[in-house]
Amino acid sequence: MTIGKPPVQVRRTRQVDPRWMRLGGWLVMGALLRIMTDTAEGTPSDHWYVLSNALESPALIGWLAAAVVVWALLEVWRARQLGSVVSTWTAAPRGRLRTLSAVPLTRWLMLAAVAAAAIVIPQFLSEFYQRVLVDQVAVFVLLAVGLNVVVGWAGLLDLGYVAFFAIGAYTCAYFTRALPVRPPFALNPFVILPIAVLVCLTAGLLLGAPTLRLRGDYLAIVTLGFHEIVQLFLVNKNNWTGGNEGAFGIPHFSINLFGIHYSWTLASLPYWYLFIAMLAILVFLFNRLEHSKVGRSWTSIREDEVAAAANGVPTVKYKLMAFAIGASTSGLSGVLYASRIGYINPASFPIVLSITVLSYVIFGGMGSLIGVIVGAALLTFLPAVFQEQAIVRQEDIPMWIGAILVVMMIFRSQGLIPSRRRRRELRLAAQGIADADAMSESPEGRS
Amino acid sequence: MCLTQHFWQFLIPGITLGSLYALIAIGYTLVYGVLQLINFAHSEVFMTGGFAGLFIAQALVTTGVTPHGADSVLYMLAGLAGSAVFGAIVAFLLERVAYRPLRRRNAPRLVYLITAIGASLFLANLAGKLFGRDKSNIPDLYSNGVVFTLFGAQVRVQQLVIIGSGLGLMVLLDTVVRRTKLGAGIRSVAQDAQTASLMGVNINRVISQTFVIGGLLGGAAGFLFGTYLNVHYQMGFLPGIKAFAAAVLGGIGNIRGAMLGGLLLGIVESLSQSCMSSQWIDVVAFVVLILVLMFRPTGILGQRLGRAA
Amino acid sequence: MGTPVTRTPPKAGEVLLTVRQVTLRFGGLTSLSEVDLHLDRGEILAVIGPNGAGKTSLFNCLTGVYTPQEGTIEFITADRTPVQLVSGTARRRRSRKPHAVNHAGIARTFQNIRLFAALSAFDNVKIAAETRQRTGPIGAMLRLPHARANERNSDRRTEELLDFVGLRAVADELASSLSYGVQRRLEIARALATDPALLLLDEPAAGTNPTEKRELEGLIRRINSELDVTVLLIEHDMKLVMSVADRVTVLNFGKVIAEGRPEEVQRNPAVIEAYLGSAEEES
Repeated sequence: MTIGKPPVQVRRTRQVDPRWMRLGGWLVMGALLRIMTDTAEGTPSDHWYVLSNALESPALIGWLAAAVVVWALLEVWRARQLGSVVSTWTAAPRGRLRTLSAVPLTRWLMLAAVAAAAIVIPQFLSEFYQRVLVDQVAVFVLLAVGLNVVVGWAGLLDLGYVAFFAIGAYTCAYFTRALPVRPPFALNPFVILPIAVLVCLTAGLLLGAPTLRLRGDYLAIVTLGFHEIVQLFLVNKNNWTGGNEGAFGIPHFSINLFGIHYSWTLASLPYWYLFIAMLAILVFLFNRLEHSKVGRSWTSIREDEVAAAANGVPTVKYKLMAFAIGASTSGLSGVLYASRIGYINPASFPIVLSITVLSYVIFGGMGSLIGVIVGAALLTFLPAVFQEQAIVRQEDIPMWIGAILVVMMIFRSQGLIPSRRRRRELRLAAQGIADADAMSESPEGRS
Repeated sequence: MCLTQHFWQFLIPGITLGSLYALIAIGYTLVYGVLQLINFAHSEVFMTGGFAGLFIAQALVTTGVTPHGADSVLYMLAGLAGSAVFGAIVAFLLERVAYRPLRRRNAPRLVYLITAIGASLFLANLAGKLFGRDKSNIPDLYSNGVVFTLFGAQVRVQQLVIIGSGLGLMVLLDTVVRRTKLGAGIRSVAQDAQTASLMGVNINRVISQTFVIGGLLGGAAGFLFGTYLNVHYQMGFLPGIKAFAAAVLGGIGNIRGAMLGGLLLGIVESLSQSCMSSQWIDVVAFVVLILVLMFRPTGILGQRLGRAA
Repeated sequence: MGTPVTRTPPKAGEVLLTVRQVTLRFGGLTSLSEVDLHLDRGEILAVIGPNGAGKTSLFNCLTGVYTPQEGTIEFITADRTPVQLVSGTARRRRSRKPHAVNHAGIARTFQNIRLFAALSAFDNVKIAAETRQRTGPIGAMLRLPHARANERNSDRRTEELLDFVGLRAVADELASSLSYGVQRRLEIARALATDPALLLLDEPAAGTNPTEKRELEGLIRRINSELDVTVLLIEHDMKLVMSVADRVTVLNFGKVIAEGRPEEVQRNPAVIEAYLGSAEEES
């Protein structure tokens, strides 16, 4: 096999002024946004309904005009920028940094304020928004905090994260005797929490061990496949899981200890407090984890896996650890969710949900606990509001999630409230100095 | 026992399905070869091909009567060409809009993967919004009769058409990659992008070409798959993952490996239907994927695009 | 500043590392061919040779990055137990994983410095020091007493090592913002933080200025004498090699062509021939 002549020659092409190209791009973007914001939906009988509806409406003119305005403003800005050679993005990061700073007082005050707000404000919300807070915001914030360990700290991509959520929920259903297969005893959901954590930890280790020995990016596809298998299992293994019907009547949490009797009910507010208590514990623990040997080891793997291994960091072990910690957090959330809703079926855990949680982590800023919490809270609360106001159809939310992921990655891959360390990594990676994930080939090259 | 009993009945559908997996797997393997990226959105290129084929067939067959003879051949060629072109357009735009800005600033691999998965989600659900979320059937372009019987198994026109088109496209691609300047460019970038660029290869153009070639094959596969089953906004998801598994099975980055892996996976999947209930079939591909990763991570034919193509 | 760790004094002639008949091939290319090498506890051995002679490949075989197709490598740990770094039959080759090689007591630096660029100098060293502590995720989350004690130990060790290489002042500086020579020293400190018995230095003088080179020479001596660490050094700079090495091994085209005391090797005709044209062009 020989390569004859050099494969590509320099060819002279007629260059279109890039400004007009950009205008074209913005116009297409405007039309696309017009289509995306249309509340109609196509049907197999008339495939062109949405397109014709969207492109013939007068609103299209508005979107296109907006696109032209944005383009013009950006061109003016660009012309001004041309003068300065070094943009902020490529400027080398400098300056001193604290290694292990004590949390300053202002930080504590802010934390106290947020906690007070989280406790007080929901009491004044309508029942609808209270429900949104618990069923959407709280559940997904918990999930996002767990996924952040895998994606943000260890730099791995887990696309089957919600499968562990399902495993946790079904574990809860099993031990509360809500499934067709029953244990001889029923347990309180509080007791099931550690069991589900153990089950998901084990499942995570079993799945991660063969995969993580290899390249990090294979984990993405294997976890996606794992989610599919879990789905198939839940749907098809009727006599165990109840099939498509799922499980009903999962009991609520209750306390029956030392003469204290309390039982959670359908009311949202008590569950809200349970969830934020759980979240507070997790955030407390994970924050410590990040600023410990474990967190630093993850950072070293993200930045340079070869150097980390050469300096004694067992890279596979730490990746596996992150993956398993994420899985157990997901399982823990599953128990809370199952008990809160009382009814689960395979449709509660679609594959798109894993990607949705991922988008919350990305949007907020991977690696930053505050960012991830804010990101998940915003992206669950806002769609609920939009849906209630009938601005966006529920079916279209995955489309918006996908768009947000792409746009964030192109323009602000560090997220809304990035962690300082992560931002530095991405900036250094842009200059070809460091890496920022654990995706490259494992340090033991196989020659 | 269970394997031998219906061997031939399941072998032919297996090869049919396998040639479709092979066509998609080539797209994954090409992109992985030049960018080291699992292009999750490739499954949506496949879906685009399915929808393009659907609309072309609907435009051609308006009377509801199944065409025959020369009409059938012409319509099939039109469907293949049209779906391939639309697949290529989507793949090209995907690279231009989503991946190129990342490449320009040397983004970490995680960022690429997230972009890919986001683009996949966006495209699938945009199609769902535009064209409806129910399944649509492509009108018949030829009458699907039995051609001959092989050891008691009936072989239908459709199966022959799919296998024939699939193999034809694969041979064509293999020749292009091995014999042409374009193929040499792709191989050089796959082997060592940096050196290739020093030797005067325009990396951006080669990457675009790679996406276009993968898109052509993926789009055509989408149309063929649509005639075989149906067209649906999420039709790309499962075949996409399975084709990736096939690419890993054959050796990721290796074109002939992708072809071989696709065919093998289709056959294994179909044959296992005789041993287990069909609802578990989708598990087979993942089990194969995990087994390959555990025991022969470089795949059957090894990993390099430059070496084995 | 005292010496951080005291070890048993080196016994003359006690073997630390034995490389037997190691052959490494990439496809049709032979990078190392039947390389024999041994290293005594406490000495400084320099491996020299023209570019592409297989020096870095040798390091990569020692540290588990590559698995050579033939030959064995044995290392004697600090508590005198032999460890097979590379072993096995021709069909089934085994080599220790890089992190396990490090745990056995071999640390290394890289030819093209590989620091954790987005971390402070302090954290760079601390991460390596912490790999010797037994803190698990639970201990870290609950900040159990042993985890806190371990972290204090690592902090102290990190400070000692930064003092040792003279980088205490830049402890809080971002690793990527340091100058080249300083980064080299930081990388050495990081490697030392894992308490190695053997330190592999891959062209530590590359890209440093004459002052830095002199400092480096002193540093390597002090590592050897004060910390009792055996040093295996790849270097192009002949002046450094001649002044610091106890013994020199010369590689050319993947083969050992000479071995002996620096002044012997310098006079060896085979070495002179190998270097004619290549070394003179370079320096």
